[in-house]
Amino acid sequence: MSAVPALLIAPGFFSSEVVRVALLVGTVVAVVSATVGVFTVIRGQSFAGEALGDTNTAGGSAAFLAGVTPLWGFVVVGVATAGAMELIGIQRPRGRDLATGIVLGFFLGLAALLLYLSATLENTTGATQTILFGSVFLVSSSTLPLVALLGAVALAMVGLLYRPLLLSSVSAEMAAARGLHVRAIGFAYLLALALAVALAALTIGTILSTALLVGPAASALRLTRRPATAIAAAAAIGVAAMWLGIVLAYDSFDWAPVGTGWPVSFFVVSLIFIGYLLSGLPGLIARSARVA
Amino acid sequence: MVNAWEVASIVAVVAGIVGFFVVLRGSAFVAHAVPNGSFAGAVGASLIGVSTLVGLGVFSLLGALGIGVLGRRGRHDVVTALALVMMLGLGALFLSFSVEYAPEVESLLFGEVLGISANEVLPTAALAIVCVAAIALLYRPLMLSSVLAEVGEARGVSAFTMEMCFLAVVALASTMTVPVVGTLLIFSLMIGSPAAARSLTDRPAVAMALSVMIALLTVWSAIAASYETDYPVGFFVGTVSAGAYALGRGWAAWRRRPAAQSLEGRGQALTTPSLPS
Repeated sequence: MSAVPALLIAPGFFSSEVVRVALLVGTVVAVVSATVGVFTVIRGQSFAGEALGDTNTAGGSAAFLAGVTPLWGFVVVGVATAGAMELIGIQRPRGRDLATGIVLGFFLGLAALLLYLSATLENTTGATQTILFGSVFLVSSSTLPLVALLGAVALAMVGLLYRPLLLSSVSAEMAAARGLHVRAIGFAYLLALALAVALAALTIGTILSTALLVGPAASALRLTRRPATAIAAAAAIGVAAMWLGIVLAYDSFDWAPVGTGWPVSFFVVSLIFIGYLLSGLPGLIARSARVA
Repeated sequence: MVNAWEVASIVAVVAGIVGFFVVLRGSAFVAHAVPNGSFAGAVGASLIGVSTLVGLGVFSLLGALGIGVLGRRGRHDVVTALALVMMLGLGALFLSFSVEYAPEVESLLFGEVLGISANEVLPTAALAIVCVAAIALLYRPLMLSSVLAEVGEARGVSAFTMEMCFLAVVALASTMTVPVVGTLLIFSLMIGSPAAARSLTDRPAVAMALSVMIALLTVWSAIAASYETDYPVGFFVGTVSAGAYALGRGWAAWRRRPAAQSLEGRGQALTTPSLPS
């Protein structure tokens, strides 16, 4: 990754092993996040998604301490968090924010302790930043099969649950009237969410995983009301943001002020944010046309 | 150590009061997003060499008001999430430019209450007074708008204005508390204590007073425990807050025993808790 003058894509982009892994992992993560994210947005559980990402800090640092790959820490803590939220009452609209908040606060406290321990016991202060901000360029190709497997599990869960999940997300009463177990479906969904967030946390860092989850899905849902179309659109937006972000991050190795490149996360998040703002335009134009 | 006690007590009082409205309005996500995102401001401030407090203030205010404005059109939780990640993305960028490393970041995220110096007491106290005064001024309209937004509108209390005022107060509270307890854990204080208080009583004024007391007890015990064990304050704040909430819930459940089979939790509409927009 030496500093080479760049036009649009800096030379060596396609021949770089790191970039190839990043593109692959990024694609898997973007698709899984976007698919799960559509339901997150419909169910109004963005906060839960964000909290699951944040509590991964605890999982990541625990894995760091235990000396296993962070992904396992993410998955274990993610499932534990989802369970705790469910117990406190995330299924009730009124208690949802609170349940998420309490669990989040507790796990962040735990993260503080674990990071402190890993800093004092292992003398590895860099752990915090790696866990929090991650980098898709740091993913080793050996985790690829695991990423693909977990992604497939999350997608399969959503696929299996698709119709009942959609119904209970849109109208819990109607789902309950049809004899669906709304609470069990909600919990199963929360587990899929935990998996998707763990995957995203691995690639663009725990605190930015929310971007991939919520951004593309919210943009897609502003463009179309049909769930299946929204999932496809969200996946397309997510993958586009990820690829473009990786290209820009690769190019940025030549940019000021330092020769180390700008973080991928920054580009991906900015692109997603811009995408969300743009997705509001059609609606805005339609509204102003109606007023005029 | 004395400075730590003073500043932490001030922070607890503000968190207890502002947090009461956070819980009442169901704005836990905003209370998480604003302090958390403002961390980028602190990093940015150190990059261009201005006071951390200025960076935190600018970012938390921009973030909070941005959420308010964008939230008029989009879904509130989605907008909050996106504003948060955008600020964090900027934080990641600033960090990559900055030469300071992990320890500073960690102390911003998790706070360093025991390292507070005497000259930090005064600005914190001043901001705290502004915060509490703002809540006192807004008390009645804000309460009305939080509980019955429609009635408030009918009486001429604009829900949007109240939302913006409230968000500005949250931003102010974050600015003063972040350097002390860290971006991630101010949130525990703002949620845990008022939530515990609310499960003990239904009367707003009593709940607010209880909320302040629980927050004070939380930080005091956390500081003492941290001093004894050398473990981070944030860990104790998080654990004690969650514990207080669990106790409050347990007590409320025990008190309501006969009415156990209520309608709660069965087939309620899964619409977003309707924040005034």
